Parts: sequence; structure tokens; C-alpha cells
Amino acid sequence: MDTEKNQLLRFTTAGSVDDGKSTLIGRLLYDSKSIFEDQIQAVEKTSERKGHEGIDLALFTDGLRDEREQGITIDVAYRYFTTPKRKFIIADTPGHIQYTRNMVTGASTANAAIILIDARNGVIEQTKRHSFIASLLQISHIIVCVNKMDLVEYDEKRFNEIVHEYEELSSKMLVKDVQYIPISALKGDNVVNRSENMNWYMGAPLLHTLETLHISSDLNKVDARFPVQTVLRPQKEGYHDYRGYAGRIASGIFRPNDEITVLPSGFTSKITSIHCDSKEIKEAYAPMSVAMTLEHEIDISRGDMIVKSQNQPDCEQDIEIMICWLNNKPAMPRAKYSIMHTTNEQKAMIKEVLYKININTLDREYDDKELNMNDICKVKIRTTKPLMIDPYRKNRITGSLILIDDQTNETVAAGMIV
Amino acid sequence: MSKYYLNYLDELESEAIYVLREVYAKFQNPVILFSGGKDSIVVTQLAKKAFHPANIPFKLLHVDTGHNFPETINFRDNLVKSLDVSLLVGLVQESIDTGRVAEEKGKNATRNALQITTLLDTIESNQIDCAIGGARRDEEKARAKERFFSHRDDFGQWDPKNQRPELWNLFNSKHFQGEHFRVFPISNWTEMDVWNYILREKIEIPSLYLAHEREVIWRNNSWIPVSEHLIMDESEKVVKKKIRFRTLGDITITGGIESDADTLEKVIAEVSVMRQTERGNRADDKRSETAMEDRKKQGYF
Repeated sequence: MDTEKNQLLRFTTAGSVDDGKSTLIGRLLYDSKSIFEDQIQAVEKTSERKGHEGIDLALFTDGLRDEREQGITIDVAYRYFTTPKRKFIIADTPGHIQYTRNMVTGASTANAAIILIDARNGVIEQTKRHSFIASLLQISHIIVCVNKMDLVEYDEKRFNEIVHEYEELSSKMLVKDVQYIPISALKGDNVVNRSENMNWYMGAPLLHTLETLHISSDLNKVDARFPVQTVLRPQKEGYHDYRGYAGRIASGIFRPNDEITVLPSGFTSKITSIHCDSKEIKEAYAPMSVAMTLEHEIDISRGDMIVKSQNQPDCEQDIEIMICWLNNKPAMPRAKYSIMHTTNEQKAMIKEVLYKININTLDREYDDKELNMNDICKVKIRTTKPLMIDPYRKNRITGSLILIDDQTNETVAAGMIV
Repeated sequence: MSKYYLNYLDELESEAIYVLREVYAKFQNPVILFSGGKDSIVVTQLAKKAFHPANIPFKLLHVDTGHNFPETINFRDNLVKSLDVSLLVGLVQESIDTGRVAEEKGKNATRNALQITTLLDTIESNQIDCAIGGARRDEEKARAKERFFSHRDDFGQWDPKNQRPELWNLFNSKHFQGEHFRVFPISNWTEMDVWNYILREKIEIPSLYLAHEREVIWRNNSWIPVSEHLIMDESEKVVKKKIRFRTLGDITITGGIESDADTLEKVIAEVSVMRQTERGNRADDKRSETAMEDRKKQGYF
């Protein structure tokens, strides 16, 4: 593997309980030779004990004791594999209805989503839900895998029907790039290797598709945003006047001599240097972790944002967001929560629920305004101080936030700024 | 292709540095759990980068079972000196002497599980609110479900079925008095990533990772080093072998593999074709199918 050039692709998988999601992941890992002998032996032993014929690929993704006992996935699990072209991180999310929050979690960091459809059943309610979440979380690339093609005699007509059904569905959502692949995870058709059972399919197998997805243009390179994490002030000889603003570039490109503005204060200055470790760099872009020094001594602390002066985010206290409620305890009307947005932490109040999305029909519901676990609603919030925001569809970092319940300290909601 | 993208190692490095800076900003008294193994060494080096030109703002915490490789302790002391950080040591022997834990008996006895008590006691008595670890999600199935910021209750326990959802890069670090967090900056790294990074950054690691001659016995399908702590039975024969270690734990339970890889490049070449997981030679993981999950729930690393 070329450590100098190869990129990282994060993807998530979504499917209903019996769509064969675990088998697909097991197949990807197994056929790409990412599974070690002792893991294979352990799975062979378990498969035999459970009376399975041959090796049960789904067992490679089993995790916690309860999951193995009940044969279900409870929580997001992360899997890793590498090919000579890329490193992959899979956010393996459960397909159960009650675990919408897990899919939102897995999707929040993903560049791509695999949506699994059972060839026998076609597009079902869960497919809609998963696709909607993928579009809500602005995953740039969707790969629809029509699975279990072996059970419909590898029929081209059936595949085309499903593609058609899905196109109808996705036309109602904001998705940029959709690809369709007929597969059989169980038999290995079109997962890693080309299927000989579907010569009518002209596209690439799944793995090749994942290896060649064009992801470097997904990042926002226009709006330069640098949320400050901490200020470095070394207590060392030779560094008494040094002040480094440390953080990770959220978007855009910064260079020494750029005119910058610090928000929310509005002070302006110029970048004198950017470095990572002891190495000075000429250009910093997302998602680099760097430290910057400025020409003027200004009061800057965690939660502030350094931006280029000619391109600034909105500073708002009243914000409209799409929210996914993640907690058992429903939202209390006008209750206050802690809010985390980039490195900024404040209090916020949910002022009004505008509507709820019925994720089965994708209709807006204006009557039911209770925020229960797994609900997705559009709401208005007000924060104690202005947040420096961009719309989520333009910027995943400065457009996202979470709410925390101060009584339990739990993360109760994920928000995307409209 | 656009030139504005990071390769995967740079992206992993940047993610880890981001996580370490979040820890510094959000906790009062964080420490790095330092075992002397390659993963905790990499985390320590990442911390050095994250805060340059300032010193690492964390103490190192070593839970010392007393069953160490002498090389590990030497390495630890040199590193602490060169980085100018302070070192906290939690002694398992002390937990045994004060009756907090009882030593296992017999030939397969280990002090592995005893570390949990020593670790939690040290965390409590030093009022540590965050322990940074080098655990990776690819190591073990229970670890695959771990968060970057992982909450521990006031008994130090992990509740895997009730974890806080972790979205984007927004880490919820809120906790009540007595609770603490475990934070894993290299969650998304694999064994190969760690090796490639060590090579690229020319990070110094203990010589134990490279092939060397050693007196060993054959037990549980691996070469266990002979030491004063090893209890042998009559059937076990001491032989001299050229071995290296893939992970470093207690000297009594860490098995080596036969190898000629005496340089980093050779180790990486060997690891990349290796057909056994790295923890395959750790007796502590072999005890049952859920050995790691069970220990983690109680407060293990």
C-alpha cells in the first residue's frame, strides 16, 4: 500500500434486519483477505456449533455477548480493511427501527453509504428511512446494493425494476451521486470479484467502486474556517512571546499573510505562520490539525473562530435546525440544554418545533410536535450567545451541533443547521 | 486529482491530534496510560506533536504489575526524561500487599486482571478525570464498539449497551464527580497503520519488538520468555530462539513469535503477510470468547 498517496474512505452500511448486511461486510473483509486465521478458526468453530452449513460470514461482525446470543447488532461497530488502493473504515450500524440514532451516528462521519435492498422485497419502508437519513446527513455518495440476486435467478429485469423504484424515491431527496450494483453477498457475486452469473451488468463490483469513488472534491475548500481548540503558551526559554492558536481546519485553505478576522469579537489580523509540530507549512486545509500565530496580540480563546476576512460565516443566536432526537427521555418544551458547536459550548433552548418528518412517507407533520427518540423534526433554537454557523449542506463541521441534557449528561440530540 | 487532500496516515494523525487537544481543553487532570507498548508510545509522540512547542500537558500513568520486561522499564524511564513529563506509577504489588486483590495461583496465573483494581485505585486517589489510552478498535471485537470519548461510571465501569452516541467530531465529555473518561485517540488505526507511522516518523520503540535471541519455553502455542516470574513444570523445556513480540504485556503471558525481522522494515513486511491477529499470542484474551468485553466492563484498559 502506498502510504504517501492513499486516501481514507469512511462508509456506512444500512439495511433491514435480514437484508444480509453482516454477511456483506463479512464478505468484503473475507474476500479482501482482511481476516486473520485465528478469527476464521473461531468463526468456523461457532458456525459448526450453531449447525450452519459452511462458514457463516455474518459472525465476523459479531461483537458484544448479547449480540451473539440474540443474533442482532445493538450498537455501531467500526471495522477496518485496507486494499492496495485505499484504507476503509466501515461504520456498521444496526438495521432495527429503534436504532435510528445509531445510523445517524454512523452516517455523521461517512463519505459514502451502502444501502442494501433485498432483491425479493424491493424498496421497502426501511429503505426510505435509511436513504432519508443518508441524505439528511449529506453523505455525498450512495451505493445501492441489490442483494440476494441469487434468489431471483440473477434476473436483470428484477434489478432494473428496483433501480427504477429507487430512482423515484431518491428524486425526492437531496443526494448527489447514486450508483446501483446487483450482488449476492452470500455467494460473493459482484462484491470483491466480478460475477459470472450476471454478465448483463456492465458496472464494477462493489469493492472496485469503493476504491475509485472520487472523494477529494467532497471537502469544502472555499470557506476558510478555523475553530480554535486551545492556545499554546509554552513556559520555555525562547518562547515567552509565543502564542499558537491550535485547532483543526474545518474547511477552506489558510496561508501565511492571509487577512483574518476573529469571531465573535471581530478583531482583524494577519497570519504570520502556520505549523504542525515543528514543521512550518505554506498552506493548511481541512482536515489538518495545525497551530497558527498572528501578527497582533489579540484576546483569543477556545470557542472562537478564525476566518478569512472576506468570507465570514453567519453569527446567529436564533437558529433553525433539523434535529434527530437520540434519547429515551422526550424533549421538554422550552427546556434548556447544553449545546456543542465546533469548539464552542453554550446553553440553548428549543423555542419551537416547526414540523416533524414522517420518515416512512417523508411527509411533514404539523400537528404532532413531540420530540421522542428517533424523531426527526425541524426546530427553532435560541442560544445564549451567537454561534458562528454555516448551513450543514455547505459545511459539515460548522453546520452541525449536539445537545446535551445537563441532568443526565447524555447526548440527546444531533442537529443540522438549515 | 486535487492536491488538497491528506493521505490516510496524515488524516489519522490529524484526527488523533484533534482528540488530544480536546482532552486538554475539557478535562482538569488527564493522564496518558503508558504501558511501554508501541500503541501508548505512538499516543505519547502524537501528544508531543499536538502541543509543540509547549511540553506535553499530561502525566504518564504506568500500571506496573511487577512482571515487566526490564527493557520496557528502561525505555519508559528514558522517554519520561527526554520528554520532560512526570510519571505516575500504580503498583499491583501494593494492591496485593494491602489486600485489595488476591494473586492468582498456579502455572497459568497472571496479574492481568489485578491491574483493574490498581488502575481504578490510582485514578481515584489522584483524582484523574480522563485516562488516555492507546487501544484500537481493530484489536478485538468488544473494542470495535468503543467510543473516542468513553464514559466510565463512579465504579469505573463501562456500560457498552448504554453508550452516548458520538456524532461528527463533537465529543461529549460531561461527567459527574467521581466518574471519569477513557479517551482513545488512535481508535481508527490498525496494527499496520501504527507500524507504518512508527517507520515514517522514525519513532523509537523497545528492542523487544525486533527479532532477538532469547531463552523461551513453548506454551499455549507461543514462545513464552523465561524470567524469574515464570513457573514451569517438568515437561517444559527451555530453549534459545530468535523471536520478537507483536504486543507487550506482562512477561509471564506475552508470547513471542519466531522471526528474523530485526529491522522495522522487516517487521512491517512480516506483519503485512501475517495471518494471525496480534493479540493471538496473549493468554489473557484466550480465556473465553468474551474475555475482553468482561474485563472492559469492569474497568480494564
